[in-house]
Amino acid sequence: MPTNALADVTASDSTLRRFLHGLPGVDAVGLEARAASLGTRSIKTTAKAYAIDLAISMIDLTTLEGADTPGKVRGLAAKAVRPDPTDRTTPHTAAVCVYPDMVATAKAALAAAGATDVKVASVATAFPAGRAALDVKLADTRDAVAAGADEIDMVIDRGAFLAGHYMKVYEEIRAVKEASGPARLKVIFETGELSTYDNIRRASWLGMLAGADFIKTSTGKVAVNATPANTLLMLEAVRDFRAQTGVQVGVKPAGGIRTTKDAIKFLVLVNETAGEDWLDDHWFRFGASSLLNDLLMQRQKLATGRYSGPDYVTVD
Amino acid sequence: MASAFEYAPAPESRSVVDIAPSYGLFIDGEFTDAADGKVFKTVSPSSEEVLSEVAQAGAEDVDRAVRAARKAFAKWSALPGSERAKYLFRIARIIQERSRELAVLETLDNGKPIKETRDHDLPLVAGHFFYYAGWADKLGHAGFGPDPKPLGVAGQVIPWNFPLLMLAWKIAPALAAGNTVVLKPAETTPLSALFFADVCRQAGLPRGVVNILPGYGDAGAALVEHPDVDKVAFTGSTAVGKAIARQVAGTRKKLTLELGGKGANIVFDDAPIDQAVEGIITGIFFNQGQVCCAGSRLLVQESVQDEFLDALKRRLSTLRLGDPLDKNTDIGAINSAEQLARIKALAETGEAEGAERWSPACELPSTGYWFAPTLFTGVTQAHTVARDEIFGPVLSVLTFRTPAEAVAKANNSQYGLSAGIWSEKGSRILAVADKLRAGVVWANTFNKLDPTSPFGGYKESGFGREGGRHGLEAYLDV
Repeated sequence: MPTNALADVTASDSTLRRFLHGLPGVDAVGLEARAASLGTRSIKTTAKAYAIDLAISMIDLTTLEGADTPGKVRGLAAKAVRPDPTDRTTPHTAAVCVYPDMVATAKAALAAAGATDVKVASVATAFPAGRAALDVKLADTRDAVAAGADEIDMVIDRGAFLAGHYMKVYEEIRAVKEASGPARLKVIFETGELSTYDNIRRASWLGMLAGADFIKTSTGKVAVNATPANTLLMLEAVRDFRAQTGVQVGVKPAGGIRTTKDAIKFLVLVNETAGEDWLDDHWFRFGASSLLNDLLMQRQKLATGRYSGPDYVTVD
Repeated sequence: MASAFEYAPAPESRSVVDIAPSYGLFIDGEFTDAADGKVFKTVSPSSEEVLSEVAQAGAEDVDRAVRAARKAFAKWSALPGSERAKYLFRIARIIQERSRELAVLETLDNGKPIKETRDHDLPLVAGHFFYYAGWADKLGHAGFGPDPKPLGVAGQVIPWNFPLLMLAWKIAPALAAGNTVVLKPAETTPLSALFFADVCRQAGLPRGVVNILPGYGDAGAALVEHPDVDKVAFTGSTAVGKAIARQVAGTRKKLTLELGGKGANIVFDDAPIDQAVEGIITGIFFNQGQVCCAGSRLLVQESVQDEFLDALKRRLSTLRLGDPLDKNTDIGAINSAEQLARIKALAETGEAEGAERWSPACELPSTGYWFAPTLFTGVTQAHTVARDEIFGPVLSVLTFRTPAEAVAKANNSQYGLSAGIWSEKGSRILAVADKLRAGVVWANTFNKLDPTSPFGGYKESGFGREGGRHGLEAYLDV
């Protein structure tokens, strides 16, 4: 729901366009330089241990393949609950993220493992392209929610956005938000397709105005997914949105974050841009799959002083 | 910044570099004591720990060094350019190979964060030697005639804010053009120049081509006055620059001066705000603001000043001040007690004259020379903090209404070294840049230095250009 401070922004197509195009521009060189400079922070010892556990707890452990089976999803759910069977102090991940038809399986597998606080996130709205009629997208969403999804990861209509039909995108997000009911809504912009940083800033505000609980970079299905720069930009957007409206929105970079080193760089971006209020799995997530094992290996290294190797973490 | 995510200390190891308990003067390829046996101590500004004891050059040593340089000049200048290039390339490579040692040494002696010496100073230092090595055999194509000649012996006096980088700016073009040099580093930061002397030996540079004379102002004055010096190059304060100009007036000596500045960073209401904030921060807090081209005046359009200042203050609160060797430190120590006193006095003047002073919550270490990043708002052209170079982490914020007013205020300074423009509108950037009287004008960036780009000032910021093709002119008889 648009908050009072910005209520008139979404009054019409033209007010919305004026607002989005009136946002401060983004200087690409400067943005990337800032992201790179934060990337040189050196996170060691106790700070690293904190960051690794925090990163694990922020993962939406994801499988989004045509070849997904109940067996694969059960494996993923077990991993989410107990990422490192040799060390029970390892935090669980925030969620598992699957296609809508796998939500029930995921839910049951998590329940069987006794994990009530690992969420099930479901992509929806004709993920990843989003090229379907609104009815289909809404049905997709309702299916996932009915099957027990706690969170819905929707994709925006990039075609409409790039054609300048911002109101169409806005209304679609509103409709999906309504169809999501109690589930938290993550809005995926597919930043790699929006291409410019100005577009990413506009999409971020559009999503937040429409009621997104999270704004998310990408599907993981295109060439360019989460980058430090586009995530930094979205962190600026949620920071500024809260300052204006009082409403806090989460951020989820997804795709391409594979190493502990990368994950820590993103956490530094969160810490020094949006601030510590976002250093919590309720407000920041990683959409990732292979990242988890690298975090676990680094965690073992910190605990034991030795690298264990890939045979000492589970492959699912 | 208090946060759940506390960065653990991440200090660069200081054991990567060996600091000798004492150093001599570097004359004619040898380290030697001062003729009168004088020495001085160099301290680490972050801890006040004595790092080493260094021979202090006097007039007699200056004479020895100039004679050594004169003797070396004949052979050095007669070498084919391609041969001189080989030495310069070798020096550049050795600097790259030893850059970790040099970065730690520079941080210890100067007080600036290791992040800056590692990521800015050292790459630029090597870059200058690589760049001018490339020119050494192409001088006939530099636009100064088919066979331009070197001047002879260059006497060079450099400041303490970028000790090794200023050395590179002076020595690389001088040697490429075929001159020999006598260089005096600042008394608070002699160590990287002495390390460089060792690099010259390692590179097999002929004796006497480079001579390094640590010392005080008297040694600098003796060097400038020496009758057998053909070229004087000085980077430092405007007061000393004026004295040097008087000294060399009426002599045959060629002179370049790179002096103070009071750079204006102009933020228009259509600026990319987040990046402009970063640029303002870089502009004034890089190297604790001890930068001649610092953007020490922020001119912000009145229509966006509130939101811009909020954003700037929020960002200032995330700066990490502390141990310069810690890789996460953004703000290091002020170079000397003397400089710290000057910054404090000017900040007090700012307050006394009615400007509003603000600093983020910031704990200063108990030993060493520290000054919290500081903003002055409500500053007008009439305030001292808007006119005098502070050379510290102090930003004066002024406002303007129109582009014409911004230009008028930016140019209303005794200095003219640098300026910055922040706007998403290309035509505005070009129109304003054209009217700014500053040697370098950055658009949507700041403090970007590059060996290929000429650097120098208008008005009391000095004359002559360093860097780029233009930088050769100062060392050629043209």
